[in-house]
Parts: sequence; C-alpha cells; structure tokens
Amino acid sequence: MKQDKILIGHGSGGKLMHQLIDEVFLSSFSNNINDTPSDSVILNYDDKMLAFTTDSYVVDPIFFPGGNIGKLAVCGTVNDLAVSGATPLWLSAGFILEEGFPVEDLKTIVRSMANEARNAGVKIVTGDTKVVAKGQCDKIFINTSGIGILDKKYSNISRGKNIQSGDLILINGYIADHGMTILKARELSHFTGNIESDCTCLNSLIKNVLNECEVHFMRDATRGGLATVAAEICHNKSFGLELDEESIPVNEVTRGFCEILGYDPLYVANEGKVVLVVAEKDAVKALEIMKNHELGMQTAIIGKITHEHAGIALLKTIIGGKRIIDMLAGEQLPRIC
Amino acid sequence: MKYIDEFRNKELINRLVEEIHHVSKQEIRLMEVCGGHTMAIQRFGIPSLLPENIKLLSGPGCPVCVTSRSYIDHLIALSKKEDVILTTYGDLIRVPGSSSTLEKERAKGRKVKIVYSVLDALQMARDNKDLKVVFAAIGFETTTPASASAILTAEKEQLKNFYILSAHKVMPPAMSALIDEGIRIDGYIAPGHVSTITGSHIYEPLAVTFKVGCVISGFEPVDLLKSILMLVKQKEENRPCVEIQYKRAVKIEGNLKAKALVEEIFTERDDWWRGLGILPNSGLSLKEKYSHYDAEKQFDAAIETLREDKGCICGEILKGIKNPKECKLFGKVCNPSDPVGACMVSNEGACHAYYRYRRLEL
Repeated sequence: MKQDKILIGHGSGGKLMHQLIDEVFLSSFSNNINDTPSDSVILNYDDKMLAFTTDSYVVDPIFFPGGNIGKLAVCGTVNDLAVSGATPLWLSAGFILEEGFPVEDLKTIVRSMANEARNAGVKIVTGDTKVVAKGQCDKIFINTSGIGILDKKYSNISRGKNIQSGDLILINGYIADHGMTILKARELSHFTGNIESDCTCLNSLIKNVLNECEVHFMRDATRGGLATVAAEICHNKSFGLELDEESIPVNEVTRGFCEILGYDPLYVANEGKVVLVVAEKDAVKALEIMKNHELGMQTAIIGKITHEHAGIALLKTIIGGKRIIDMLAGEQLPRIC
Repeated sequence: MKYIDEFRNKELINRLVEEIHHVSKQEIRLMEVCGGHTMAIQRFGIPSLLPENIKLLSGPGCPVCVTSRSYIDHLIALSKKEDVILTTYGDLIRVPGSSSTLEKERAKGRKVKIVYSVLDALQMARDNKDLKVVFAAIGFETTTPASASAILTAEKEQLKNFYILSAHKVMPPAMSALIDEGIRIDGYIAPGHVSTITGSHIYEPLAVTFKVGCVISGFEPVDLLKSILMLVKQKEENRPCVEIQYKRAVKIEGNLKAKALVEEIFTERDDWWRGLGILPNSGLSLKEKYSHYDAEKQFDAAIETLREDKGCICGEILKGIKNPKECKLFGKVCNPSDPVGACMVSNEGACHAYYRYRRLEL
C-alpha cells in the first residue's frame, strides 16, 4: 500500500478498502476458502453447506430515525447471509462499551436486537462484552457473526457464477435512505423533511423470490451504494451491465437532500436493499413476488446484464445519455454502519 | 421534485438535442469554467448526445484544481500547530501538497475538520475559545461573500480566535488569459453561481474585445443544452455576445449586497493559478483593516514547496489544450483514490469527472 497510515477512506467500501483487503489481509490470510470476495463464505462440512459471515458496527449517531446500532447489527449480518442464498439461523453478538455509557441506552439497543432477531427467525446464541476506558471507543461498538445453512442448489449465488447476458437486475425499493438519514441526523438536524433509514432484515423477502425464481446473484447495497454493487458485479467479467437511471426508485425527500448536498444517490448507503440478478424468463415473476411483500412494494427492474462492454457498468441517464458507473473511491460519508 | 424535474424533462431534452443537431454546422469549441457544469455534463452523459462537431472543454472552473500546491503546504503547516483547528471544505483534504495531504495529517491526529460552510467554522471558534480556528477560504465569486460575511460576524461578536487563509479568486482574468494565450475557444458556457453574484457585465469585455460569446448557464440538463444551443446559434450567425440562459437565478446587475460585502473586506491582488501561472488582479486578500483575521499574517508557518510532479499535465488540461486521457498518469498512477494532480482530486475536477464517467470512450 502506498499509504503508511490508515485513512478513513480505507473503511468506506470503495477502492481503498479493496486495496487494503488485498494487500494487507488476503496477503497473509489467503487460503482456498476465502479466495473469492463475497458477503458470506460458503463452508462444506460432510454433505452440508454452511454460510458464515461477520461484521462490525460503529455507526454515529447510535440512534437514528428508523433504527439504532443494535438493529443494524442484526439486520446487516442476517442480510449478508441471506444474499448468499442461505437461511440465517444463529448469530453471535460482541459488545465494546465505553466507560460511562448509559445502561438504559444499552437496554434499548439490546431489546431492539432481540426484537429484530425474533422477526427474522434467527437466534442470538453467544456473545462477549468488553468495556474500555472513556475516550478509547465512541459509546458502543458491536460485532455480530452469523451462520446459516445453504441449500446446494443455491451454492453458486454468492459468487455469481451463473450470471449471463440477458439477465435482469432488480432492487426492492428506494435507494439512499439510510446514508442520507445518518447524514441528516449528524449534520443537518435543522433541515425539515422526514427521511428514515431503510434498515431491515431481508431474509423473508429473499426466500420468497428464491422459492419461485432462478436467481443468479444477490448483494445488499450497503456502503458504496447501488453504484458499487453494479461495478462489482461485472468487474473483470466477460459480460457488462447497464442500469436505467429513470427506473431506479428514489424517494422524493431523499432526492432533495442529495440534490442540496451534491450527493449522487447511486453512491449512498442502504441497509435494507437487495440487488438481484434474475434469469430473464423469471424477472417479471420475481417483480410480482417482491411487490407483494411489505419490504418490496417499490421493487423495480432497473437494468440488465449485457454481452457488450464487458467488465464495465454503464448508466443510461434520465436524459438518455450514457456514462460509466464506477466504484466509490475514498471517503463519501464516514461511519454510516 | 419541483424546479428539478422540469429541467430534466425528456421531451424537452429531445427537442433541444434535435435542434442542436439541426442548427450546428461549423466546428465549435465550447468551454465551461465551473466545476458544477463539468460534473453535470458528465453525470447526465451530455457529450454522448451532441454531434461530433461540438467539442466541450473543461476550463479552470474548479477552485480546488486551480489552487496552488504552496497553499496546501501552508494549510498543512498551520494544521501542525498544537493550538489550531484547521477547517476546510471536504474536497481539499485529499489534494496533495509537497509531501503530505490534510487527510494524512488528520490520520496523524492533527485537528483537521471538514465543514459544509464557513458558518460551521465560526461556530467551532465560538465553541473552542482556547483554540484558534483557521478556515481554508477557497473559491470564486460564489463563496467569497460567505467568507466576507463570516469576517463581519466575527468582528461584531469580537471573536478573537477566528482566521481565514484566503485563496479566493475572481473568474474573468482567467477567462481572458486563456484567450490571450491563443487557445481556440468559440464560446464560454459561463458559470451560473458566480454570475448570481457578479451579474453579466463582467463578461462583456470577452465578447467585445475577443469576440467570444458567453452564455450564463444553469446546472440542469435542459439549462446546459439550451446554453449550448444559444452558443451554437451565436457562432453560426457570427454575433458573439453575452446572454443569460439562467434567468431564474441571474440578474444583469448581480447581487449588489454581496458585492458590497466583498468590497468591504477584500482587496484584489495578483494570484497564482495552477496551469495558468500568475494572473494580475485575479486573487483576493483581506484588507489591512481586517488583517487580524488573516492567517497569512497572524501565524508563522515555514513552508517549502516542491515543484509540480513531472508528467502531470493538469495545467494543460485546465487550459483545455489537452483532455485527461492524453495524460500519461491518467487512470494509472493518478486515480481518485490516489490522486497526483489536483484535477483528479475534487469531484468537480475534469480528470475526476472523466475517470468516473467516461473512462472508456462511449
């Protein structure tokens, strides 16, 4: 790495982070299991397949409209398992608490974790707590790990092995709500206009689609937003991808905040949005199934996999022009999850 | 969304594009000199809609991009002082100085804070009376009135710990300098926000002396295409003049109150522009009367600025002589996560916009 110090951008889900993973972590940790980047690793044990994932949560502020750090910690890990095609079952929860943190706040956070886990049908089965001196962490950090079981027929989803040109791309509703909610809570509390984080567990929605449709790939569009997922799907691949800006759902208020602050909603984080690559023949069916689910009422088909411009994601802009969609480089918004 | 959707109306866009194709016969080179325009043109994919004889160039319109390396070095030197909080617009923190960036200094624990407006910096000064808050005051006519107003507020409140390091610049000298150097520009897509302050008179000499048309444009696709059409018509009819497309925001006389405010606080000086060199009366410094807010005068800061990187052609890109893809460093050693030249740093820079949206010619 060219940098000799860690920068905020190393944690933002974009190019700097990929560089950090490749050059620092994988150069020491690499083995035959973690060789493909994906949301969860797929483990073979006898004839069973397990999905395993872990994630840490440091969002600031810890309470925000639509959720809190605890809800986020359950949803994020459940979603990482679900987008691999797995059924999430068990979670761990590790807490790092700052000396002086109010117990009442901790209780609120833990209750919403329990609530969210119950709704998602997962159990929190083990945990750990550490307390550090005042100033050595910011209020509360949470780590969750999760295990799910994976049906063999879904084992190619996490690596996107079956993606082919003609496949259609769907998303289950409004983008950019989480990132803009956090930004508003942190910097712009004096602005009127209500937005809420979309933070939610997506496993039941995903299960409905998987049961009926041929899904070739899924990813939750968290840090780096929809743009980063689009760029990653076709990075170094023999196919390209095209999104149609006009069909991408963005809530009016969120769009207003993005316009005022100069953010491109395509790059803003979500915590309850899944991008699906579905076989062309099943795309309309998937659309209907998702629209019938409470978390997918605004679902839209937003693009397709192409055999042209291999490796490149393009956006057909709302005025009919074309441009490249690239991964986020460096910091867009710190500590959003 | 009101005031946005009307200006992204597809039917209107199609009509404008059709008319441009119909009217435009001659080769024409149009330059925008505003980072907001650079970004909007690329974000909406406007070049892909125009006929081949219309060439769009990005000029020195991004304040971050034209800021000198020694200014960044100066900010870094100030950030190293124990009692200083350095406040800056976000764009500036990744611009390379001679040996570091503000982002890297922040990682070392220096007090570098990103603010959305100079008002946030003022508030920081009120909240931290035991520290000195320095604001990196960059930008053209658009941001200068805010800096001026902050100085007046500080004066009124008797704030003793607020300073600015001014790199404010004025646009017309740069627009004239490019033509003076013999660069072929048939028309300027003139900056919308700058003009809300200055009004349209400042462009008259360009039209009269240099016979270069100027159309003050808004930032939405309909605005930009309409402005391009107006410039194409000027060229085809051989009548270079100043016109306002962005009438919903720009008045001929500009914003008189803001202009008076700037005049009260700042005075013109010769200033250095990346790629253009020193241009007479193109920068603004604080008047002597307000020198107690001037970080240049109130702090000792040892700075030694190295020469620009070899191979970096930001200068020629800012002049519109070359496009980013002609730079040897573009996309290889120089990319948004590790920029070499300033044009790659700010998301309003020509290289950044090209990298993000047009890396492959479509």
